[in-house]
Amino acid sequence: MTISGSTLVALAAAGTPTGTATGTGEAVLFWLLAPIAVLASLGMLFSKKAVHSALLLALTMLCLAAFYLAQDAPFLGVVQVVVYTGAVMMLFLFVLMLVGVDSSDSLVETLRGQRIAAIVAALGFGALLVFSIGDVVVSNAGLATANADGNVQGLAALIFSRYVFAFEVTSALLITAALGAMVLAHRERIERPLNQRQLSEQRFRGGVHPAPLPGPGVYARHNAVDTPALLPDGQPADVSVSRVLLARGDVRKAPGADVVVRDASEIERPGDDQ
Amino acid sequence: MNPMNYVYLSALLFSIGAAGVLLRRNAIVVFMCVELMLNATNLAFVAFARMQGNLDGQVIAFFVMVVAAAEVVIGLAIIVTIFRTRRSASVDSANLLKY
Repeated sequence: MTISGSTLVALAAAGTPTGTATGTGEAVLFWLLAPIAVLASLGMLFSKKAVHSALLLALTMLCLAAFYLAQDAPFLGVVQVVVYTGAVMMLFLFVLMLVGVDSSDSLVETLRGQRIAAIVAALGFGALLVFSIGDVVVSNAGLATANADGNVQGLAALIFSRYVFAFEVTSALLITAALGAMVLAHRERIERPLNQRQLSEQRFRGGVHPAPLPGPGVYARHNAVDTPALLPDGQPADVSVSRVLLARGDVRKAPGADVVVRDASEIERPGDDQ
Repeated sequence: MNPMNYVYLSALLFSIGAAGVLLRRNAIVVFMCVELMLNATNLAFVAFARMQGNLDGQVIAFFVMVVAAAEVVIGLAIIVTIFRTRRSASVDSANLLKY
């Protein structure tokens, strides 16, 4: 993705018009990247797994960064790559890792007809936006004069003069956000941690599976963690494969078994309730 | 090329984000759709700044990015907290305010 990103930057630099009219290079860039951005965001909307959504959103944001670069906003283009695709998307992926990769959407409609209503509302809203934009009279002044001293210098002159109060308030916002995240993510330990003896007693008292869990199956033609072991009666052993693999649906059928395993949520494992 | 095309693209991306907020159940994906909407408005701001010939739109887009970064931090912390208590990141499971 970094290679394609640098190519995009080069393309955008080539497409930057020197005058007020949009150049051919920019038109090529737009018609190349706009469908990619729309398709990636649609893919984000419809992909079942949250990780795929995150990666497609990162692709959309990279396309937008190229558009900023093409529109004489090099500072915003770089900030978009650094802040959004760098920091924000990595934060999203970290939280996905914490929450669990298997937390995919349920497809059950809780409100009847909500899905259809949502699609109709979104289409109507989009049509409203597009048709109201059509009435706008546009001028294309271009940023040649505003960017005469450089884009960063021009932005700094505005931020530290006309928008200096907003800038100061922003610092308060950032401090509040940092404190709020610390307060929300902090967990006070209200009981003493269990020692090894207590853990062991708890495990045997629970009576579910005191011994270590069985390993995955070892077969003549396939030997990997994604194949369950077979029980003496020929049924696959549910607990012999990782819960994460089960949730992702990446478990193979053991040779000779009729089913892969039972539903992942039904399987009782020691230590799950902690 | 007409520079209004950027604004049309922005409207399209914003609508897709709005549809995602309405359609998806996973709180993290809903949050990603909100981010997409913020990005779409930023694109419109940058395009309008270029049409008007001054940098005010870019300054506003910059502030939107700052607010979005702060919002992501708080929102993800809330999602982690909800997940910790309910073992689920679905927006349907956090419905106790109803009663």
